[in-house]
Amino acid sequence: MAKITINGKIFDVDPELTVIQAAAQNGIEIPHFCWHPKLTVSGNCRMCLVEIEKMPKLAIACSTRVADGMIVKTESDRVIKARQAVMEFLLINHPLDCPICDEAGECKLQDYSYKYSVGYSRFDENKVHKPKRVRLGPNVMLDVERCIMCSRCIRFSDEIAKQPVLTFTQRGTHVVLTTFPDTQLDNKYSMNVIELCPVGALTSTDFRFASRVWEMSSTDSICVGCSRGCNTHVWVRKNEILRLTPRFNEAVNSYWMCDSGRLNTFRTVNSQERLHSPMIRKDGVLVDVGWDEAIARAVSDLKSFKKSEIAGIASAFATNEDNYVFQKVMKEVIGTKNVDYVQHVEDDAGDELLIRADKTPNSLGTRQVGVRPAEGGLDITGILKGIEEGSIRALYVLEDDIAEDPRFAAALPNLQLLIVHASVNSKTARFADIVLSCSTFAEKNGTMTNFAGRVQRLRPAVATLEQDRAKDGFAMSRWDKFASQNDRWGRSVKKDARPTWRVLTAIANALGAKLKCTTAEEVFKEIAEKLPPFKGMNYINLGSQGANANAAESVSKQKVTA
Amino acid sequence: MGSTGKIIRKKDLSIWQKSYIPEIVKGLRQTIAEMFKPKFTIQYPEERFKPQPSFRGRPVLVQENEVERCVACGLCSRVCPALAIEVQASETPLEKERYPIKFEINMVRCIFCGFCEEVCPEEAIVMSNEYELVFSSQEEAVFGKDKLLKTTEELKDRLEFLRQNR
Ligand code: SF4
Ligand code: SF4
Ligand code: SF4
Ligand code: SF4
Repeated sequence: MAKITINGKIFDVDPELTVIQAAAQNGIEIPHFCWHPKLTVSGNCRMCLVEIEKMPKLAIACSTRVADGMIVKTESDRVIKARQAVMEFLLINHPLDCPICDEAGECKLQDYSYKYSVGYSRFDENKVHKPKRVRLGPNVMLDVERCIMCSRCIRFSDEIAKQPVLTFTQRGTHVVLTTFPDTQLDNKYSMNVIELCPVGALTSTDFRFASRVWEMSSTDSICVGCSRGCNTHVWVRKNEILRLTPRFNEAVNSYWMCDSGRLNTFRTVNSQERLHSPMIRKDGVLVDVGWDEAIARAVSDLKSFKKSEIAGIASAFATNEDNYVFQKVMKEVIGTKNVDYVQHVEDDAGDELLIRADKTPNSLGTRQVGVRPAEGGLDITGILKGIEEGSIRALYVLEDDIAEDPRFAAALPNLQLLIVHASVNSKTARFADIVLSCSTFAEKNGTMTNFAGRVQRLRPAVATLEQDRAKDGFAMSRWDKFASQNDRWGRSVKKDARPTWRVLTAIANALGAKLKCTTAEEVFKEIAEKLPPFKGMNYINLGSQGANANAAESVSKQKVTA
Repeated sequence: MGSTGKIIRKKDLSIWQKSYIPEIVKGLRQTIAEMFKPKFTIQYPEERFKPQPSFRGRPVLVQENEVERCVACGLCSRVCPALAIEVQASETPLEKERYPIKFEINMVRCIFCGFCEEVCPEEAIVMSNEYELVFSSQEEAVFGKDKLLKTTEELKDRLEFLRQNR
């Protein structure tokens, strides 16, 4: 251990650390642009200059190793002056673009200008002009004028995404970031450079100009694009998701997420294909009905089959709560043994960084909460065969489009009864007799277990018809807080969808069961009490970072000893 | 009631004062004097009030060379204390890169404070000299770009006033 003094306080730190890391560990922020905890040190922005005793000049904190007895000052007059000078240089050629810059509101350069700069410009020459609307790749736009040459994007592409296509050309104030000839920034993680970029030089082609950051609410959630379960922020305005951004979680995704998860997973939530309400088949066509009618119909239809003629297909796209209640209702209330789920593993679709071959966010959790055939029941192949042969006559499908599989698509017409929970007008829903419109991942509370056994929370970011942002504790933007019914900007579309587990509970209770849970949190409490992998967990201790089965146990142990 | 002033009670007034005659005479003198001075009242609506350039009438958008100056930065929307403004940006091939595909001011919400004009980095929204606002429904009170856009020519006085008082 090295003993160092920062701003008069003494800390014991690991001698391997740099000054900036040691300071950060102890809650002291040293301003910086180019340094990033997950990238190599390049030391070119000079923003992190600090005063170290016995060193003749100021030193950059990002590349200076701590040493025993080192005395560091991060707020001395010399340091403040140096920072102001660095800011002045950075701003000399920086355009006055904040009004048209997507970064405004979450811009490091903007924030630091307020915090560390003198607040006026002495430069009245012409600024250097550079290319402004440069497409670096399919998902990333570059504005070279705004670039402060921190090289974070270059280092990310080289070191993390392993696609070394970015580089600087020219010199001095004329430096230009560019791709090598005949290449483009099109790796699967390319959009991470957008958050990495401390300024608005790199913007998202998808989100460009869609909204100012302060007009949206941000909700902590997770990505449902594959079984990694990257932590995300869900950005919502007018009850519509406008973008997803990665949220730091060292145990899952670090600072990153893949472009596919970021761009595609929320499309279903906003989709034009969303169901308006539950539907039942009348005279051969599906018609919109109310919840009571749909549930009553499901109950009466289910009663007309023998237990062995019914099968249930759970879903690795649904939450632990949904799947737990589903298998419980199927096995204990309806009384069938035929319960399983469909895997969606795309061989070779995974990679070393984040993307997993398993394209469902919750397959491990689905198994852990008990989705499997009971003694002597049929598994998924058995169920398919049963439908084809006619021994299975009624099928209950959770949030999974099983008809994507041609074998299921061919077999489904054999059924006498098909009940489906779906959020969009999916292929399976089109075969169904009863469709129960279900809340998507962005509209409900719940948990999912990623491939490594980490249980993580989903939080509602988009309100459905029965939810109210204020009363139900949603993240609220300023617009959400003050809208009245006369404000056009306050009007939004709410879908008539309900979380699957709750509809299942209603159906089970109508069939004579006595299920008591009224919130997802209560369902999870029951899961945690009954099932060992979830022991000791609850919505509070899962927090924003989730917990592994073992970790949660040690958390509860710590509590006992503390 | 100053701490030094003696409190005058009704019973302390002299008879002369109690009669109110001097006060009435004072008042009448004022009235008669005013009768012979020039008048400021206007026979509205036959005659119209022409406000000075400093007047804060309804906010409008400045149109210059056929396009709005606005770059849809949303600062007016953010600063508006009455939450009257909604802006939706979009991309344009013009040099300014972004423009408001939608710009709406809810004139029922607007309190004519002029903050939007003050914050605008483009001098794209200014207070006009229009003060006659009539609507028969809430919906009608929401002015879109069609009603908001005014040419620099029409807004000459205000723009000149702003230039002088920068
Ligand atoms: S990068 Fe930051 S400082 Fe530069 S124009 Fe954009 S918001 Fe403003
Ligand atoms: S584009 Fe952004 S991340 Fe890349 S060098 Fe420039 S400022 Fe840094
Ligand atoms: S004048 Fe004031 S209240 Fe009216 S739109 Fe502008 S900022 Fe809002
Ligand atoms: S502040 Fe000016 S430029 Fe910005 S949105 Fe409002 S009118 Fe347009």
